[in-house]
Parts: sequence; C-alpha cells; structure tokens
Amino acid sequence: MTSMRTAIILLTLLALAAVPGSLLPQRNVATDPAAVDRFVMENPHLSPWLDRLGLFDVYASAWFAAIYLLLLVSMTGCVLPRCARLWRSVRSAPVRAPGNLARMEGHVEWTAHSGPASEASPQVAAADLLRDRGFRVEIHGNEVRAEKGYLRELGNLVFHLSLLVLLVGVAAGRLFGFEGRVALAEGATFTNVRSEYDAFTPSVWTDVDNLEPLSFTLDDFEATFETTGAKAGEPRRFNAALSFRTGTGSPTRVQDVQPNHPLDINETKAFLTGHGYAPVVTVRDGRGDVTFSGPVIFLPRDSTYASDGVIKAPDAVPQPLAFEGFFLPTADIDDRGPYSAFPDAFNPELFLTAFTGDMGLDDGTPQSVFTLDKTNMEQVTGEDGQPLAQALAVGETMTLPGGVGTLTFDKVARFANFQIAYDPGKEISLLAALMLLAGLTTSLSVRRRRIWLRVTPGADGAADHIEVAGQSLTRWPLKPADLDALVAALRPAPISTPLRERTRS
Amino acid sequence: MIDPTMLASLSNLLIYTAIAVYAVAFLTYAGETALRTTRRSTAPAYLGVGPGGPEPSPEPLSSEPLLPDPHDRIRQRADWLGAAGTNVTIVGLALIVTATVARGIAAQRAPWGNMFEFALVGAVALTAAYLAFLARRPVRAFGVWIVGLVLLALGMAVTVLYTPVDALVPVLNSYWLVIHVAAAITGGGIFSVGAVATGLFLVRDRADRRGPTSGRRRYADALPTSTTLAQVMHAAHMLAFPIWTFAVLAGAVWAENSWGRYWGWDPKETWAFITWVLYAAYLHAESTAGWRGRRAALFALGGYAAFLFNFFGVNLWISGLHSYAGV
Ligand code: HEM
Repeated sequence: MTSMRTAIILLTLLALAAVPGSLLPQRNVATDPAAVDRFVMENPHLSPWLDRLGLFDVYASAWFAAIYLLLLVSMTGCVLPRCARLWRSVRSAPVRAPGNLARMEGHVEWTAHSGPASEASPQVAAADLLRDRGFRVEIHGNEVRAEKGYLRELGNLVFHLSLLVLLVGVAAGRLFGFEGRVALAEGATFTNVRSEYDAFTPSVWTDVDNLEPLSFTLDDFEATFETTGAKAGEPRRFNAALSFRTGTGSPTRVQDVQPNHPLDINETKAFLTGHGYAPVVTVRDGRGDVTFSGPVIFLPRDSTYASDGVIKAPDAVPQPLAFEGFFLPTADIDDRGPYSAFPDAFNPELFLTAFTGDMGLDDGTPQSVFTLDKTNMEQVTGEDGQPLAQALAVGETMTLPGGVGTLTFDKVARFANFQIAYDPGKEISLLAALMLLAGLTTSLSVRRRRIWLRVTPGADGAADHIEVAGQSLTRWPLKPADLDALVAALRPAPISTPLRERTRS
Repeated sequence: MIDPTMLASLSNLLIYTAIAVYAVAFLTYAGETALRTTRRSTAPAYLGVGPGGPEPSPEPLSSEPLLPDPHDRIRQRADWLGAAGTNVTIVGLALIVTATVARGIAAQRAPWGNMFEFALVGAVALTAAYLAFLARRPVRAFGVWIVGLVLLALGMAVTVLYTPVDALVPVLNSYWLVIHVAAAITGGGIFSVGAVATGLFLVRDRADRRGPTSGRRRYADALPTSTTLAQVMHAAHMLAFPIWTFAVLAGAVWAENSWGRYWGWDPKETWAFITWVLYAAYLHAESTAGWRGRRAALFALGGYAAFLFNFFGVNLWISGLHSYAGV
C-alpha cells in the first residue's frame, strides 16, 4: 500500500480518471452551464448510463475522490516513516567509508609523507575544507566521513506534505465558500444578500445569512471593440464603474472593475465576467399611464451581441402587456433578414412583437425574467390580421392597435455580469502551492552526497597512502568541484590530469 | 518610432527565412546521421560536444571497436557536417528570436498571446533547450529530431495557425498570463528535449539488448550510449517538471484573478493536470527498482503526449474558457 509501485499505479489511475471529464460536458464547470442538458437531449440512450457512472460530474464523483484519497493515504504512509528516518540520519554521524574506496565515484589516490608534527594532519585539513563547503563532517581515526544535502529529503517531505495542505485548502473552499452570479443594468444596485443573486451556489456550511455586508451600483459600463482589420469586432476594453458601500453607514466609494481586476471586499470578490445590452423603454397602458419604465436586460446570443429579451408590464390597464423580441446593436439587413453587423451600438434597433393577457405571474411560481409564458396570452395583430412586429430606433414608439398601450425605445444602456465568489480556503491553498514549489525545487536540485578520505599510514617511514572518493545519493552525478577542491588542497604534486575526466558521470 | 505594421511584416519575413535556415540545418544533420550509419564499422558514433566541434568523450564509443585510420575521412566529414548543422541551427535560433522580439514590439505586449505566437516562442524554447543540453552533453544526435520538430512548429505557425499582430482580448491582458505562458512554453521546450532523449533511449536500449547484428550498421549504434541517453532523459525531466509545476500554479493564480476560482476543471486545466500527474509518475518510476529506465520511459512519453494534446487537441477541438486563445 505504501510502496512506490502503488504510488505509480495510483498516479496513472488519477491521470486516466481525469480524462473523461475533459471530453464530456460537466455540471458545475463554468464553461457552458447548458452543455450537459444539450448532450443529454442529443444522446438520450447513453446519457442515463453516463450519469449513473458520475461521468457528468467526474471531479466530484465518489470514484475520483477514492483515487486521490487513496493516493494521499498511501503517500502519508510512505512519507511519514521517511520523516522519521531523515530525523535519525541528521542526528547520527555520517556513514563510514566502504572498504574499497576505489570502487566509489571520483576515486583519487596519492602518496605523501606526513609533515612535521606541527602541521595539521590531512584528516584535519580535509575536515576543515569540507566543513567550509557545508558538509557535516566527522573524523574517525584515519578516516574522514562527510555528508551533505539533507535539504533534498526535507524538500521532498515538504513537497509531499504540501499536497495534504492543498487538500485542506480545497476542502475549506468546498465547505464554507460560495459562488453567485448577478447581472446589473447601468444604474442598478446589488446588495449582497442571497435573494438578490440570479444564481447562488452555497457550499455545505456556508453562512448564507451573514454574507459580507456590501452593496454596489453599476454607474457606467464601457466596452470598446476593434473597429478595423481582421480582428474587427474583438473586444478590447471593458470597464465597469462602480460605486460601493461596505455595510450601513460607511461612506460610498468608487472603483473601476475590469477583467482580472475584481472588486475585493474582505475576500468577497466581484469579478466582471460578461456584458450585454439593456434597452431602456417606457410602456404606457390604455389610460396613458406609465406602467413600466427602465432598462431591460437582453441576453446576447452571439459575438455580435444580437440579443433576445422580454419586456413585461403586468400592471397595465385594461390588460397586462408584454413584448418579446430582439435587439441589434448595429442593425443591418440582408436577404436572410435583419442581423447585427458589429458588437458596438452604432445603429441600435429593437425588434418587438406584443402580447396581451395573463402572463401567469400571480400564481406564485417563480418565472424567469427572460422568458414569457404565453399560454394565456394573445398575440397582438395589425390591421392585416398578421402578428404585429415593429423595428424601433432610439426615440421611436410602437403603438398597439385598439388603444391598449404604447412602448417607447428611450435609449440604449448596457448591463454587466458579475461573478461573486468567496473562498476561505484560498490562502491555505496558496500556502500549499508555495510549499509545493519550494519543496519540489529543493528536492530535485539539491544533490545529497557523501565524501570520504582515508589515510593508510605507510610502514616504517614510507609515504602515507591517501584516498578520496564520494557517492551520490541522487540521480545527479557528484559535484566534481567537491573532490577537486579536496585534491587541490591536499595533494602535493601538481595535478596532471583534470579530475573531471576521472569522475564517473 | 518604427511603424508597427512594418515590424510585423519584418517579423514574418524573418520567420520564413528561419524556416529556410532550419531546413538547411535539418539536411546537414540528416547528412551527418547518414554518414554515421551507412557503412559498417566505418561509422563512428556521435562525439561532438558543443558547437565548436568534436571533443573527446569520457564514454566508450560503441560496443564494437573502431577500426583505425582508413575511415578517418568519413568520420571527419561527419563531424564537420554535425558542427555545421549546429552552427546553422544557432543562426536559425537568432532569426526566430529576432522575429519574436519584433512581433512583441509591433503588438506592444509579450508576444505570446495566441497559438501562432505560442508555436513561434515554442520553437525558440525548443531550440534553446537543445543547444543548452548540447553544450554539456554529447547529444548532437538529437539535432535532426529537434530541428524536425522546430520545422513542424514553424510550418504550422505560418499556415494553419497564422494570426496577424493584434491586441489581446481583455481577459488575457494580465501579467500573470505573461508569466504563466512563458513558464509553460519553457517547460514544454525542455520536456520536448526529454521526449527526444526518451525515444532515442528506447531505440538504443532495445538495440543493445538484441546484441550486435551483422551487415549494415544500425542507427542505434551511432547514438550516444544508453547510459548517457538515460541521464539526459532524467535531467531534462527533472529540470522541466518544477517549471511546469510553476506554470500550472501561475495559471491557477491567474484564473483566480479573472474568474474568482483558482481551479475549475476547464479542459485546459484538466490536461495540464494530467500532464503533471503522468510526469510525477515518471519521476517515481525513475526512483523505483525495476521500473527505472525502460518502463519509466513510457510514463515520460505519456506525459509528453498529454502535453501535446493540451496544446493542439484542446485548443482546436475542445471548447472551454481558454479557447479564446484564438486559432
Ligand atoms: C499524491 C501524489 C504524489 C505526487 C504528485 C508525487 C510527486 C513526487 C515527485 C515529483 C517526486 C520527486 C521525484 C524525485 O525526487 O526524483 C517524488 C518523490 C518521491 N515520492 Fe512522491 N508523489 C506522490 C505520492 C507519493 C506516494 C503515494 C509515495 C509513497 C509510496 C511517494 C513517495 C515518494 C518518494 C519515496 C520519493 C523520493 C524518491 C527519491 O528519493 O528519488 N510519493 N514524488
């Protein structure tokens, strides 16, 4: 369970398990919320099976969790004993030299007469030099034992343990955080309470009644687009000018929010994630009273910002009024009909049809503001008996026959989508990421290595036999400089062959 | 002030010139390989270290003893071709570096914002990583493969991936993007050298285990020893893995900055994760008795396949938040 082989197998399984989630549409993945439903509709037979296997929600599925939890358990079981071993080896003396140094890396030997007694022995000289180079050193009779690079093991441990910290960070976000979305037309205000969100996904233990006290108003939204060249129509700059307040009684402040530059109030962040048009209209009813006035959010359908929307005036007298249609920021027409030639509002037009009757708002079931329940409504027709449809430029008015009401297209406003997120585990995850990176870099770059020097005294005044050699405990070769320095300092004669060549690499 | 459109055309011109130069390098390297592999025993293994020409190598040249002098002329010619190939490659690198800089000035931003530019900067990273390894290890046998990959990248850049110089869509306008992509491309360049080393290691290792054959000299025998290849394979992956890790983490920081969540299992993120996990499996295998070398190599190739799929497959076939990278 805690062997490296298990780790390799589980890592391979983890990689394979992550694949289907990138090929099949996923719930809870921001890319395209409707993708799963579309896929299910197109593959009615296959989909229930895929769903049962959790393949539309791979990264939250039990089997995916099983793999990474097993991996983390196995890793902990593997790494904790290593911690203990590292601790012991740091506290114990460097290991003794092997009997046959000639078989170790970078072996060099020479003979030298011991100097006068006042001179330091080669052992002491070597020990000093190695200590200066950061080795842990011990002199043991005729032998010098040195080791360096424990940091590598420490790095390896920090790296592996950082994965556990990461799990805590991810879990904290999953258990206490939330994500929500809201669309605001220019001039509209959002207050950070659950009911004001268009969509709100709390976690298990999110404190939904005590969200960060915050409100903001979209004062102005600005979008600019490339107007020339091959990339004409590509967005270039978005800017949402907000005025916001944190809590009651605090002063109102202003901030520009742009992509990559969110509004950040005590870790609750509002990100600008999209935008579109909100035509401002005024609806008058049969008595000539204003029954609706203001911007209405139209949802963009493509990159030219041709947008669809619904305008509702349920309080109109004598009958409730509703309008359905589309908005074109730069209206143009070809043989297939009207279309938008550019995403910016150069020639805005509103195309509407009208309905009267009960739109089903009173029975209490919540209804999207973007769709119209037409079951009990009647389409307004023109004198020719055809459904009434009209294109309105700014300032123009659509007058419904029979004096039931009018709609005026006052001006063009824009709306912005905000993604509002709170993730209390973020700092923990960031800490884990830093540990991971530091640990990994250390573990992969530090070379743990041993160096030995042995003096074999010559018999009866003959020269001493001195040997040095080393051992790399990693896949990197020994650092030639360690041995070079040792030999240069101790060997009396000039070095005839560069040592590098003799170091087995 | 220099006219940006002129700089952009200059950049394109430099890229086309570089393609021609790399093609020459490819042919030169291929010529060297041919000389080293055609006739039995006359073909000395690759020796060159660094662009300056051959230097003695500490390792045994090949399992068979080399015949002395009569074949020196072929060896000299091969050495000359190899050194020339490297020099031409350096010229190619200088050209695409200049092209990248010119494009960056023309666009007034870091020149890695769409797939065309990724391919261009990727070619720079790949060549530079190869030359850096070549300065330390006898890996000139990689040259023909590396230059082949560079030609492929540049060829795709100027054909299917071509995008005129332009500003970025707002969400890409972040210095985290600059850091994230730069790290990913650097890591990718070194992973590519690792992948070439891995492939050649497998070729050489397989040939070694079959023992010498008679007749024509095999390609495998002209390669560096399997020990050298295994070392380069491991060194490249050990170098690239932390860089790739950093790239993934920087990407997470950027995602947090622009979408409010640091990880969302977007296809691009998912494949970066798969790549990372497979390379981690490779590193473990290299530390496991019985898996080191041949078996570990398969994980390295798997990681590289995932890396390539992330660049081509995900950008071209799977739509996600990242697909605004633009083709
Ligand atoms: C959660 C997934 C894991 C990841 C992402 C991971 C990643 C890594 C990496 C990148 C290295 C560096 C390789 C090197 O030093 O050459 C490494 C080393 C190591 N890993 Fe893991 N690991 C994981 C799980 C495990 C598990 C489950 C075990 C225990 C069975 C384990 C044991 C080790 C050991 C002992 C080393 C040191 C190898 C050496 O001394 O060269 N790891 N790991």
